[in-house]
Amino acid sequence: MTELTNVEIERYSRQIILSNVGGRGQKRLKESRVLVVGAGGLGSPVAYYLAAAGIGTLGIVDSDAVELSNLQRQILHSTERLGKSKAESARQTLLALNPHITVNTYPVRLTKDNILSIIEDYHVVVGGVDNFPTRYLLNDACIMASKPLVEGGVLQWDGLVMTIKPGEGPCYRCIFPDPPPLGAVPSCQEAGIIGVIPGVIGVIQATEVIKLLLGIGRTLTGRLLLYDALEMHFREVAAERNTECPVCGDNPRIRELEDYTFACEG
Amino acid sequence: MQITVNGEKREVRPGTTVAGLLKELGIDYRYMALERNRIIVPKQEYEKVVLQEGDEIEVVRFVGGG
Repeated sequence: MTELTNVEIERYSRQIILSNVGGRGQKRLKESRVLVVGAGGLGSPVAYYLAAAGIGTLGIVDSDAVELSNLQRQILHSTERLGKSKAESARQTLLALNPHITVNTYPVRLTKDNILSIIEDYHVVVGGVDNFPTRYLLNDACIMASKPLVEGGVLQWDGLVMTIKPGEGPCYRCIFPDPPPLGAVPSCQEAGIIGVIPGVIGVIQATEVIKLLLGIGRTLTGRLLLYDALEMHFREVAAERNTECPVCGDNPRIRELEDYTFACEG
Repeated sequence: MQITVNGEKREVRPGTTVAGLLKELGIDYRYMALERNRIIVPKQEYEKVVLQEGDEIEVVRFVGGG
């Protein structure tokens, strides 16, 4: 089993003293591999807190470059990294915070042909994507590969989080069976986003990941958490696996991954 | 009979289904989910579920940014 060095024990001491973490839990986090899809508004706080917590291996998927309009919310990046790969920028920031972890970068767009081989190396997948085609592809791939997926979405002053455990509760398609067509639903680029919203939602996603890895607490499985920041109101909604879900239902019509048209970029 | 839709009181005829309500509201239900009394109603049930007095309905929109 992995051992913790004295420096690591000191670094993580405030969480090791928690009775349901302990040295054993910290070693488990060190042995864990988490894939963060998107190094944007959500992926930034997710990866930052998971790196700080000592998740041993983080994978960062993002094909974009850092743009000035990202910096209002995408806190892994900085002014001096404008134009650089977001995945690489994320790696630099995460390793500066915690040099004891490993960060793998995937500066690619996920497709039906590469997604399964990327997610298979990880224990938990976190969705921080900015478009529906990738969100649905990720949901379907995680169902097919039986990978837990912590899904998050933000827009304007609102956010949504759910933890998808294949076989144990609903997936994204149980709630929203099919992606909206091009232009039917606005992106952050079109509709706007307050920077703190993905901060709140991303930190909740990171919390879910830590609980999943440690096998403690109650995750947002079978429940959606909806956040309305203007009212400063969280609402929880129950949802069950939909027997007619196109991907995880009793007779799924989706048995192979497909690529969808990209509704928006960046 | 009175129900609540997105936090606002609304009168509907007894016997109105979820699908009927969405039609009255002019909402295309491909682009949303719907919760009734804090439980998601699966889309294939929209035609079958008859609203009851006091139901609290919320329309959950896609929140797709990241």
